[in-house]
Amino acid sequence: MTSPLPKPIIDLTGITKSFGTFQALKGINATINEGEFFSLLGPSGCGKTTLLRMIAGFETPTDGTIVIAGQDMAGVPANRRPTNMVFQSYAIFPHLSVAENVGYGLKTRKLPKAEIAQEVEQALQMVDLGGLGSRAAHELSGGQRQRVALARALVMKPKVVLLDEPLSALDKKLRDQMQVELRQLQQRLGITFILVTHDQEEALTMSDRIAVMFDGRIAQLATPEELYRRPVDRRVASFIGVMNFLDARATGRMNGHLALDIPALGSIELPSAQVPEGLDLRNLETIGIRPEMLTILFDGSEQTEHVVRGEVTGTAYYGDMTYYSVRLPGHAEDVTISMRNTAGRSIVPPGSEVPVGWGADSIVLFQ
Amino acid sequence: MLTGERRQGLALISPTLLYSLLMLAAPLVMVLTFSFWSQNYLELDTTLTLDNYREAWSKPIYSTLIFRSLKISLIVTLVTVVLAFPIAYYLSFHVKQRKALWLFLITVPFWTSYLLRVFLWKVILGYNGVLNTALKGVGIIEEPLTFLLYNANAVVLTLAHAWAPFAILPIFVALEKIDRSLLEAAEDLGDGPVRRFFRITLPLAMPGVVASTLIVLIPTVGDFITPKLVGGTDGLMIANMIQIQFGKANNAPLGAALALSSMLIVASISAVIFLLGKRFGGKVQ
Repeated sequence: MTSPLPKPIIDLTGITKSFGTFQALKGINATINEGEFFSLLGPSGCGKTTLLRMIAGFETPTDGTIVIAGQDMAGVPANRRPTNMVFQSYAIFPHLSVAENVGYGLKTRKLPKAEIAQEVEQALQMVDLGGLGSRAAHELSGGQRQRVALARALVMKPKVVLLDEPLSALDKKLRDQMQVELRQLQQRLGITFILVTHDQEEALTMSDRIAVMFDGRIAQLATPEELYRRPVDRRVASFIGVMNFLDARATGRMNGHLALDIPALGSIELPSAQVPEGLDLRNLETIGIRPEMLTILFDGSEQTEHVVRGEVTGTAYYGDMTYYSVRLPGHAEDVTISMRNTAGRSIVPPGSEVPVGWGADSIVLFQ
Repeated sequence: MLTGERRQGLALISPTLLYSLLMLAAPLVMVLTFSFWSQNYLELDTTLTLDNYREAWSKPIYSTLIFRSLKISLIVTLVTVVLAFPIAYYLSFHVKQRKALWLFLITVPFWTSYLLRVFLWKVILGYNGVLNTALKGVGIIEEPLTFLLYNANAVVLTLAHAWAPFAILPIFVALEKIDRSLLEAAEDLGDGPVRRFFRITLPLAMPGVVASTLIVLIPTVGDFITPKLVGGTDGLMIANMIQIQFGKANNAPLGAALALSSMLIVASISAVIFLLGKRFGGKVQ
């Protein structure tokens, strides 16, 4: 896919927010591009919702500027911002019908009645609720309420749609389905979506870029793939998926390679390209490796760069996958290894000694 | 056969049920029966007749009193609810801490008896009362004002004060129940504060407003203490007449017919208010 040069739609510069002595945001800088599906991901209390509410205009930053579509938003109230929000509780007006809910904002814009009706029906069809306009709000299911909330925001044709954990109230199956639908809808409309979520899987599957937040700061802002493969620190690494952390020490640098001593895996050489810029090698203490990057060599036919021997201490069966806990020599904690349950592959019982294969390119370095 | 659970339930409510049957239903049935009898000097004539109703609905004195009662209590209701709404609104939306203390303060008037509160207004509004003395003291008036007490205005003032807490609390509860994200959603969709108030806050607070209206309207129509103490002759209401019929005039059947007639009228007005409120409040679950 060739993408034109990204055009910024939202610029966040030096945003801080204090509630009394509590600092909810400690200096946020980020640029969100037009047509992008952008996620704010983090545990509860990290400030992601506060940041979203600031963009919507429900909170004012203590310091810093928010620019949306080239306009500084300082002093601009929520009702005059080119953003619309899908609330976590959906905030469906209980005394209005579905059509009145969706047409609520258009009525404020004083559009003619016929035009409102047409736009509302179009918006409802967009979220697969065509013809349900006359339903009362309390007759809707949770999934339908979510769609109404979405239609109500989209019908305003905002520059940015803000979604505050929109899927958290839905059951797993519906949530998975809505993830796909939301993503498709966003790509079709080309509107910028900003999603707040604490669900890393949701963020990974839907977003173009993700800002991972901890304690009021953005820890890493990157594409899902980059976040997963090259997390900047241990916190990001363990928040996104599962990561095995192993002790390590840099022993030297020679002709474009970094020599590493990893007690659990052995001594290896990493190409310099794999070393993050600015990493102070003297402070290097830990490396990370994802469970799927470690392979239990069942019959010896698979080829891997390196092999160590380990002992299986436990298994967890997930249907398509099995997660093994494996003890490696020279490492106190068990590492986790995930294996696909492909045809003819049986589960190794605890107590067995197995060869574990891995490659140097899957090593992630941390301070 | 009664199941265990049902029997338990009935046993639980039976004292209350018995009490309300005896104290509420029985007198009501009695009044209803009385209204179809007639008074023959000192004896009751128990032949059924509609004469009492005919008299109640045809004599101008009674309709004048009914209309005055309705007018006074509708004004009282309007004043009370309109003044109660901002207080309830402030309490619900702007008081962040010590809500309980505020609610407690609102109920302070209940600490003294109703009768004392009415007397208090007499002291304030009287010929040599607090207000007249104060105004004379600062030299605004030379002679005490006489239009303060013993008229319909005094009745309105006294009743509105007495019933204010009853009006504030239901509106407060209705406002508290409004999900604040609905207000944010309205703002997000382009509404300024005023539009938002009329499109979201007020319709959703409507059940509370209707409850307040009825709570104030129904008992004030039948109030007889306030009109008697501060109303003078202009301020007399239908309940005073009913009291006279049961007492001095010794015509309980006519009193009963008047009581039932005004009950019927108040009930129909309440029904209309209820339906209007429901309509304006929309399809709230």
